[in-house]
Amino acid sequence: MAAQSRGQWGAAGAGLAVLILLLAFLVIPVAKVVYVAFVDVNTGGFTLLNFVDFFRTSLFRESFVNSLYVAGMSVVFASIISMPLAYFTTRFNFAGAALIQTLGVIPLIMPPFVGAVAMQMLFGANGSVNLLLDEWFGFTIPFMEGLNGVILVESIHYFPFILINLSASLNNIDRAMEESAQNLGAHGFRLFRRIVFPLAMPGFAAGAALVFLKVFDDLGTPLLLNVNNMLAPQAYLRISSIGITDPMGYVISVILVAFSLLSLWTSYLATRGRDYASVQKGGGGLMRRDLRPWEKVGAWALILFILALVLSPHFGLLLLSFGTIWSFSVLPDGFTLAHYREVFSTALPYITNTLLYAGLAALFDVIVATAIAYVVWRTDLPGRKVLDYLGTAAVAVPGVVLGIGYLRTFHDLNVPIVGKPLASWWVIIVIALMIRRLPYALRACTAALQQVSVSLEEAAQNLGAGRFDTVRRIVVPLMAGGIAAGFVTSFATAAVELSATIMLVSAESDAPLSYGIYVYMQTAAGRGPGAALGVLAVIIVGIATWMSHRFVERTRATAEADRKLAAAAGA
Amino acid sequence: MKRAIRKTACLAAGLAVLLMSGVSARAMEDSLVIVTSFPKDLTSVFKKAFEAKHPGVKVEMLKKKTTAGVKYIQETASNNTSDLFWASAPDAFEVLKGDGLLQKYQVKAKGIPAKIGAFPINDPDGYYKGFAASGYGFMWNTRYMKAKKLPVPKEWDDLTKPVYFGHVGMSAPSRSGTTHLTVETVLQGDGWKKGWALWKGIGGNLKTVTERSFGVPSGVNSGEFGIGIVIDFFGFSSKATGYPVDFRYPSVTALVPANIAIVKNAPHPKNAAAFIEFLLSADGQKLLLDPKIQRLPVRPDLYDGPAKHLPNPFKGEVAAKVKFDVKKSKARYNLVNSLFDVMITYRLDDLKAATKAIHEAAAALAKKPNPEAAKLLDEARALVAAVPIDEAKSMDAQFAAIFKKKRKKATDKVTGRQAEVEQKWDEMVRANYAKAKELAMKAAAMAK
Repeated sequence: MAAQSRGQWGAAGAGLAVLILLLAFLVIPVAKVVYVAFVDVNTGGFTLLNFVDFFRTSLFRESFVNSLYVAGMSVVFASIISMPLAYFTTRFNFAGAALIQTLGVIPLIMPPFVGAVAMQMLFGANGSVNLLLDEWFGFTIPFMEGLNGVILVESIHYFPFILINLSASLNNIDRAMEESAQNLGAHGFRLFRRIVFPLAMPGFAAGAALVFLKVFDDLGTPLLLNVNNMLAPQAYLRISSIGITDPMGYVISVILVAFSLLSLWTSYLATRGRDYASVQKGGGGLMRRDLRPWEKVGAWALILFILALVLSPHFGLLLLSFGTIWSFSVLPDGFTLAHYREVFSTALPYITNTLLYAGLAALFDVIVATAIAYVVWRTDLPGRKVLDYLGTAAVAVPGVVLGIGYLRTFHDLNVPIVGKPLASWWVIIVIALMIRRLPYALRACTAALQQVSVSLEEAAQNLGAGRFDTVRRIVVPLMAGGIAAGFVTSFATAAVELSATIMLVSAESDAPLSYGIYVYMQTAAGRGPGAALGVLAVIIVGIATWMSHRFVERTRATAEADRKLAAAAGA
Repeated sequence: MKRAIRKTACLAAGLAVLLMSGVSARAMEDSLVIVTSFPKDLTSVFKKAFEAKHPGVKVEMLKKKTTAGVKYIQETASNNTSDLFWASAPDAFEVLKGDGLLQKYQVKAKGIPAKIGAFPINDPDGYYKGFAASGYGFMWNTRYMKAKKLPVPKEWDDLTKPVYFGHVGMSAPSRSGTTHLTVETVLQGDGWKKGWALWKGIGGNLKTVTERSFGVPSGVNSGEFGIGIVIDFFGFSSKATGYPVDFRYPSVTALVPANIAIVKNAPHPKNAAAFIEFLLSADGQKLLLDPKIQRLPVRPDLYDGPAKHLPNPFKGEVAAKVKFDVKKSKARYNLVNSLFDVMITYRLDDLKAATKAIHEAAAALAKKPNPEAAKLLDEARALVAAVPIDEAKSMDAQFAAIFKKKRKKATDKVTGRQAEVEQKWDEMVRANYAKAKELAMKAAAMAK
């Protein structure tokens, strides 16, 4: 009992530390910017009038509905893409499952600007596909137009959120459950629908909630397709206009944050009151079996089709990086290595900076996210849910708002030893990335913790382990898969983030890859080198992802070996 | 477990080293920090040349798009670390000047005239200096034009013709300083009413409104759309890179200088001054002629020598008819942005639908004239062209204040809110477009 209350204190301390961190680097900076939403422009006093204006404006109402529609449909399509990939790679002995899992993450790494150009070159109104269609059949398909174009691109871009979380969940399912079901006569689709899918629900819900939130708040894709009548672009365009501080931009930001919290709460309600944890651990994961030959052909065909679809933007990127001039033609006029030569002579600092920033940010993300998940799900501290909500709310804060907020809050704060303002020290970029990517890690870690049964911890404590030891030796190792999933998503997306970084880069020597790409993409001659940098970014993140998969597989293998050893010793 | 702990310790130590190295790399040295919206192709050339001329000085180019650069300097003013602001749009400099964030400077270099076309090269109040001239016009993709059998446009009016429906791209004035200048130039050159009618006509033919100004040349270079409304050097530099594109100035254009200014409380004022002098010297001006840069120098003597291939603005080779009035532009800056967005950017689909119906009706009437239908069509055109406010109202300081960025003092009184006004405009604009489409379809049916 003494250990219990001491552990409670430890958790409370961790919770408090996280709360202070979130207050300092999320709440206060954002509040410094969005308070404009509550200020009456005429009198300078407090008002809610701006919100009334929001709902009175038909353009905003329309944007709101459009954003909801696009986010909902994207979740549907992303699920359709990711379910077969996740199921086949976790359920069957599949050569190259790690490869598929790695390639599946690549779509998340869409470098800013060049990615957009690559998509246009392939799927645009006069892109390769449509030029060929027009030549052969005399018609074209508007892939990249309007809301449907946004849904297509968003689903291709964000489905890995579902894939990663769902795979982690499927790997955590107790094999015994499936065996019992099979013993009781459930097979095939029925087995999947009644047993496997419900047990993997926390992972799916986490992924789906992320896709919804992300698409709802996403700026890049609507801007790339020049669709203005959605909420996020409306907010961005109003905030970033020259010299204007029109309160409506900030009103929309507040509404985005509020709505994200609401959808999160809904997904929480959906999984509440059910117990997804299973006691059996270590030999977890679905039973893997071999595919019959004809099944193998079908599975490969399906998977290759999906991969070809979701990786096509990156294929376009590759062409762009090797191409000379590519204009109104199916393929570039010629091919060259010049872009890579140019990039390799200048890009090294960008690459090391990116690895350092994104790596540190993702590392802190999983630490903070594990702490939050533990405090929220394993303690009864008052107000613990606040941490969860705050951590997730970051997903809805536009990068520009966070960037401006940091400049406003930390520019007068000099860091002692370094002797320069915190806002222009490179560490601030790491903090910004960490805060922006925390929601991803948080969803993944929460889902992982939900699948760990409390009774395992109780058992450890009964055997005399303190709360801290239990977390370190039981909970965290059991969560390893989810933590790795969180690390990968945070790292991969942080490596190509631009909107907050661009406000915070105060010296070129501090700049990450995405900034380098931005710089190249401002000029006609910079398109090739920009694409080459983009390809480098994708490769780097791909390797990091693959390595963390290896890590997870290795820990699982070690756990398996330990279990066998323990069993043998017991016998 | 012990191994794991040792590993963690190693990692922590590694991190610490990385942190330290990040610190030590930035010791104090003689440097110069320039916040600029210009592309790498331009800045790297000047950085190299300046560093060669002033050994020991390290130039740091902070590239941010103009709007972000303005915000950055505003937000960091209390503890300023930037020396120079270097960008195209004079309006951005006006914003910074208005906030008292620029430092006056007297240029020592001789040989630069006071005016280029009708525009003063330097800020009359002495805060910012012009270093290169830019004019506005359109660029087009030659492969696209050939494939779609489009004629090359010569004047702004041409872009409103039915043949260009869905083939034109431009940015919005609220998102791009250079586009704002283009829009305002036409409004001043053609007058408020005619000017807006022209922009709506072009707006109806747009394929898309891009999110940033470089999106337009990028779209033309890709062949996403055929014709783009751009600042001249986007066209020249794309062509120099090898894209199948070309550029021309229409006769209603203004030559506007791109500028540089010292930021107030600059940490390295001497280097900042030296950079400005270098930029305006004959050597510095010659660097503008680099094939990837291609901007018009402000030293007239260069046009007889190395800049021979560029149009000479001092001899009227760029027919800049418009006398651009900066004060007028500044007074209604945000209002014009908002009007353009309400009427064109955010209602592009409605506008395009109405324009398409009008083009179709006009084609039908050309085959089979019908005076009654022609009247309906004129009505439809008038509805599309209608602007919610007239020029006098746009210059009404009290009304424009609704769109002003900030209340300077708590006592500043403003009546009305931007969102309220925009909603009113939006209602009118949408109803007009819908009605215009209806009338045009009716006219087309009568001509059948």
